[in-house]
Amino acid sequence: MNAVSPLVKKRYILIPVETVHGQHPEPARAERSRRRRRILPGFRLTLGFTIFYLSAIVLLPLGALLLKTVTPTEEYPGVLQVLGHVIDIAFDTRSVDSYRLSFGLSFAAAMLNGVFGLIAAWALIRYSFPGKKIIDAMVDIPFAMPTSVAGLALTQVFSTKGGYIGQSLHEWFGWRIAYTPWGILIALTFIGFPFVVRTLQPVIAELAVEVEESAACLGANRWQTYWRVIFPAIHPALLTGVMLAFGRGVGEYGSIVFISSMIPYRTEITPQLIIIKLDESDYVGAAGLGLVMLLMSFAIVTTVNAIQYFAAHRRGHRR
Amino acid sequence: MKRATTDPLLARYLCIGAMLAFMLFFLVFPVAVILIEAFRKGIEFYLSALSAHHSVTAIRMTLVVALAVVPLNTVFGICAAWSIVHFEFRGKALLISLIEIPLWVSPVVGGLVFALVFGKQGWLGTWLESHQIQILFAYPGIVLATAFVTFPFVARGLIPLMLAQGSAEEEAALTLGANGWQLFWRVTFPKIKWGVLYGMILCNARAMGEFGAVSVVAGSVDDKMTMPLQIEQYYLALGPEGLASAFALASLLLVLSAATLAIKLGLEWRHLAPPAFRPH
Repeated sequence: MNAVSPLVKKRYILIPVETVHGQHPEPARAERSRRRRRILPGFRLTLGFTIFYLSAIVLLPLGALLLKTVTPTEEYPGVLQVLGHVIDIAFDTRSVDSYRLSFGLSFAAAMLNGVFGLIAAWALIRYSFPGKKIIDAMVDIPFAMPTSVAGLALTQVFSTKGGYIGQSLHEWFGWRIAYTPWGILIALTFIGFPFVVRTLQPVIAELAVEVEESAACLGANRWQTYWRVIFPAIHPALLTGVMLAFGRGVGEYGSIVFISSMIPYRTEITPQLIIIKLDESDYVGAAGLGLVMLLMSFAIVTTVNAIQYFAAHRRGHRR
Repeated sequence: MKRATTDPLLARYLCIGAMLAFMLFFLVFPVAVILIEAFRKGIEFYLSALSAHHSVTAIRMTLVVALAVVPLNTVFGICAAWSIVHFEFRGKALLISLIEIPLWVSPVVGGLVFALVFGKQGWLGTWLESHQIQILFAYPGIVLATAFVTFPFVARGLIPLMLAQGSAEEEAALTLGANGWQLFWRVTFPKIKWGVLYGMILCNARAMGEFGAVSVVAGSVDDKMTMPLQIEQYYLALGPEGLASAFALASLLLVLSAATLAIKLGLEWRHLAPPAFRPH
């Protein structure tokens, strides 16, 4: 590498400054030099408001949820009893069935989106056809459309009584889609589609055409180029998009309320169970299920970050 | 001339065909259904469904909630972006990840946390009751839950935009004697105004359409319904009239999302380069 990129240059300057801070015996001087870097006004005001608002809207309420799972109440007058109830609820058959449904269907929907999202992203970047810009814009419909509106529409399409497709499917094949797990799968697929496409598009656009040309020069046919050259380059982005769609699906509630009949053990998703617990005034149980969902989302975020980290390092290594 | 990077014609047609079929089935069809169903009983029923008492209250509630949430989150987004882009401080990376939490958390959990704070058995429940302050099942609760869900929208778009612009122009203005407000309004704001608008549009769309979080904190109090909740109420009321009313209200939200998409695209094509500026 002969030309140093601006990013690298910046890091090169920054790292020694940080080391000086760390090694310097006088904290006052380190503090002064750090303050000197704050040339522009408004540091305290903006950071102060940012932290205040973040705490008020996000951190304190989430903290309240965590605390609720260990705080004794009249019903459970001891930390161990509260924890016991939380664990009971978290591993209750009804809860476990709802996790299985939420996670299983979100996973299936994410896979479906992975396949069709990859095809759509590829077609939208690589091919030209009439109406391409409009179709590209339509990918964002699930982002812009309220989930309850989507749920209502999908229910009307797939309902067995008078549904646009659902009635015929029921009459011809005896299939039921609305009010069964299939309906939830369709709603989750609708919700997750843009995540995959929008994550893949910039990566496909940045693929160097020269690499494909050299693969062809070296005698690869088009399939070999796909599998050995293109796919390895885009698969971190594909995984990220699929995980994003998966994460969104796990927490989804608005569209599923309409298309699912919410029968316990069969078509009841975890968010619905949380609302039921709240209606039963079982706040500890609701907090317990909320904690389970938080941990799951945390696991998904960590996976996405790990994928991106390894992808970045692999790219760096190759250079 | 056939180039090495051109896919076979058959592959191209299959790809485009599969994409179109998928999108027709999942995206176009539901949108069309809403419009057809909304007007199925005629334009007169449509108008009377929209002017019914419940619809009007719900529309007003949705507007008032968005009017509170969008400015709050916009001010937050600008503050967060300003502090993150222009200054070095410890825990910056942590702050950025904390801002993104609401994107990951289920909306229902976003509502649940406020129910646990302000509900009857919540942390402040007894105190609020003794002082007769209603937060849950009322306007403040709905605003808080909506603010949680739409929290990162403005900040997430602005941070990469302002990072790309750097601090040099602000520093130059400072040496020319501008004070803080002049700096922001004359130098920074003109550069970021389209980014701010972009974030506000997305924030507004989500705020008006949010269902999960709001349904937890709004409960089933009749006159405290936002539009998405009222759609569910109409739907649950059963009967062809309820269904038609639900679709009439849904068609309004559909117009909102169409407007959102149009403005978003306009901004992306004219003012903001999409690859570097994708908040999702």
